[in-house]
Amino acid sequence: MSEFAWLIPAVMALSALTILLFGKRMPRHGAEVGILALGVAFVLSVLVAVEVFSANVAAVAEVEEAHSVQSVWEVGGREVTLVVDAAEGGEAAEIPAGVHEFRLEQSTELSPIGGGFSIEAGTRIDGLTAMMFLLVSFVSLMVHVYSTGYMHGDPRYTWYFTLLSVFTFSMLLLVIANNLLMVVMGWELVGVCSFLLIGFWWEEKANSDAAIKALLTTKLGDVGLMVGVVGLWSEFGTFNITRIYEGVAAGDFDQGLLTFSLLALFIGAVGKSAQFPLHTWLPDAMAGPTPVSALIHAATMVTAGVFLIARLYPVYQASPTTLTVIAIIGVITLFAMGLLALVQDDVKRVLAYSTISQLGYMVAALAFSYTAGIFHLFAHGFFKALLFLGAGSLIHAVHSNNMSDMGGLRKPMPVTFATFVIGSAALAAIPPLAGFWSKDEVLAGAFGAGGYSGTLVTVLGGLGGMITAFYMARVLWLVFAGEFRGNGHPHESPAAMKWPLVVLAVPAALIGFVNLPFDFAHPRGFAAWTMFDLAYFEGHPVEFNLLLALGTTLLALLGIAAATAIYRRRAAVANDPMLRLGLFTQVLQNKYYLDQLYMGVIVRPLRDRVAPAAYWFNDHVLDRIVNLAGAGAVGLGRVTYRTVDQRGIDGVVNGIGSTANYTGNLLKFAQSGNVQLYAGALFVGVFVLGVLFAVA
Amino acid sequence: MQAVYPLVFSAALFCVGVYGVLSRRNAVLVLMSVELMLASVTINLVAFGAILGAGADPLLTGQVFALFVMAVAAAEVGVGLAIVLLLYRNRASVNIDDADLMKY
Repeated sequence: MSEFAWLIPAVMALSALTILLFGKRMPRHGAEVGILALGVAFVLSVLVAVEVFSANVAAVAEVEEAHSVQSVWEVGGREVTLVVDAAEGGEAAEIPAGVHEFRLEQSTELSPIGGGFSIEAGTRIDGLTAMMFLLVSFVSLMVHVYSTGYMHGDPRYTWYFTLLSVFTFSMLLLVIANNLLMVVMGWELVGVCSFLLIGFWWEEKANSDAAIKALLTTKLGDVGLMVGVVGLWSEFGTFNITRIYEGVAAGDFDQGLLTFSLLALFIGAVGKSAQFPLHTWLPDAMAGPTPVSALIHAATMVTAGVFLIARLYPVYQASPTTLTVIAIIGVITLFAMGLLALVQDDVKRVLAYSTISQLGYMVAALAFSYTAGIFHLFAHGFFKALLFLGAGSLIHAVHSNNMSDMGGLRKPMPVTFATFVIGSAALAAIPPLAGFWSKDEVLAGAFGAGGYSGTLVTVLGGLGGMITAFYMARVLWLVFAGEFRGNGHPHESPAAMKWPLVVLAVPAALIGFVNLPFDFAHPRGFAAWTMFDLAYFEGHPVEFNLLLALGTTLLALLGIAAATAIYRRRAAVANDPMLRLGLFTQVLQNKYYLDQLYMGVIVRPLRDRVAPAAYWFNDHVLDRIVNLAGAGAVGLGRVTYRTVDQRGIDGVVNGIGSTANYTGNLLKFAQSGNVQLYAGALFVGVFVLGVLFAVA
Repeated sequence: MQAVYPLVFSAALFCVGVYGVLSRRNAVLVLMSVELMLASVTINLVAFGAILGAGADPLLTGQVFALFVMAVAAAEVGVGLAIVLLLYRNRASVNIDDADLMKY
């Protein structure tokens, strides 16, 4: 089945083209094509995932079997059986020959460039790819279905679905790529699509500003990505990911250059995955339609950076410095950005900051454990999509993003309420929902790794969990409890929007059970499914730490309790105590003054000084040079015309003509008509010739 | 037999013909002078034929050529006199100085 995995992005590309060309003439204006294509893509993803996951589990089982045989030792006449668990210490586990993880590469070499170097287009199917396929196609399918309700009657409905298809296609391309050039292609396509979708309602200046901000901020990181890709190429001489793995395993690289390249790549991931300090575009990206926010936050855009780090996980392992940087950036992001969610009134902005914070968890986790990072990515994708679609449902009902216009929505919107609670609880890491298992794995991984950065991640991650629980409880109370504060009569959303919520609530609640940290599930769960290389298989990486799990749960419950105590009575934003904490509130409401800093230090000098200066330079210097060159060419041409052409060439031609004319005028008198004269000339000529011959 | 007698005779005859062609005004006389030149050439041919073919194996080429020249000359005179006749009909004159229209 995996040989046909390339069909998954291909079917989305086809869908995009079909919607673009014929969508307007279809009965449902193109939406049905996108949903059908995604249905196909999802079924294919499931088939691919089943094949990949089962092959991986079989490989792990074989490794275990080989180990139980190998670990019978003879010590001093006695037979000692050492049961070495393959999962316990991944590096110690020796992989028997012939056993390997599922990996399928198909590649076409494009025209060679020369110098023994050529560009390839290829696919790489492994555990990570299969997992991303599942996540992207499922979430995107839900978003498509939901959008038919949310975007109903929009003047650019067909164009919207075209963009959704392209967006999904781009992410799938990024995921399936077997070389970094294709990753960059997918990456940039994702960026363009997000730009178009964030600015989808560009009639309002704020929306197009947000789109430009998102594009430029991520583009800043993309510079790093390009530098990193080229750096890795100069190090290993290839863009192919497998060969880069092999290069790292062989150990023939320059540590300094590798660290530099990886840090540069990480800057790309920082931009795309909205890590501190390039996170500022993400809250503004809420300007786009809410289903798009769900897609961006859960599946297609911000996960790209995390995916990139996971894809290059073995390479990152070779550079401890980079891992520390990743952990620190992640922990700053997860904690500081979580705090910002406390003072937001816009429900989508709360979710946006929570996304940034959760992305911080993923990035920080990848510094310690591959499985923890991508498991959080996987689980978070479902419940964050659920939350955003739920928020969209709220906004659809009250026609406002602000929680000050909501309140008391539990009665009129029961489905939204129930699913939103599930999503919030999952995000707040309440057991046994998805978020609990994934976040616990992140923290346990960091705790198990220990060290300075590990401790930092554990402590701040735990506190961040409390903050998360607090602000999600705050949202729940402000939105669903108390009296309705807005205008009109809110009502439950249409079925097209309701059912995706219900469907998404299932994995949001249950997906954690694919990776239970206990022995009975271990080590053949999620960790085995999604491994990309047995050499980096962590088994069940992290031992379940009951104390840690209890502690984080307690912190989360504490957060919820605090929020309940504060907001149960005064469920109104006007007298929100969070907004009355003086300096604390002020700093948070101004987003740590980062936007002002960027405006003042980067945007304004660039826009008000550098750009006009460049414009002046262009206008007065470059244009003048160009004009001078043009005028010079015209003058030169005129001179050439007058001298060379008119005098020289024409002179020669005319001269030949007039010479012939002149001589003809002279010679015409010889033609006298007197025959005897001619005959005389003839005889004289014969005589002369005769004399000449006689002499010669 | 020496070659010089017929050749000198022939050359003199040719010169007389040339003089006649160049100096006569009457077209008929010009034609007659041309015939003189042809006759001198014919004498040359006969003379050389006789001198070179004097051995045991007589060479008849010269004589044959002389007959050819006579035949051609007769034809030529026929054409020439016809032209002169037409000239006279048109102009009532056979003075070739009057027939100089083909000029610049």
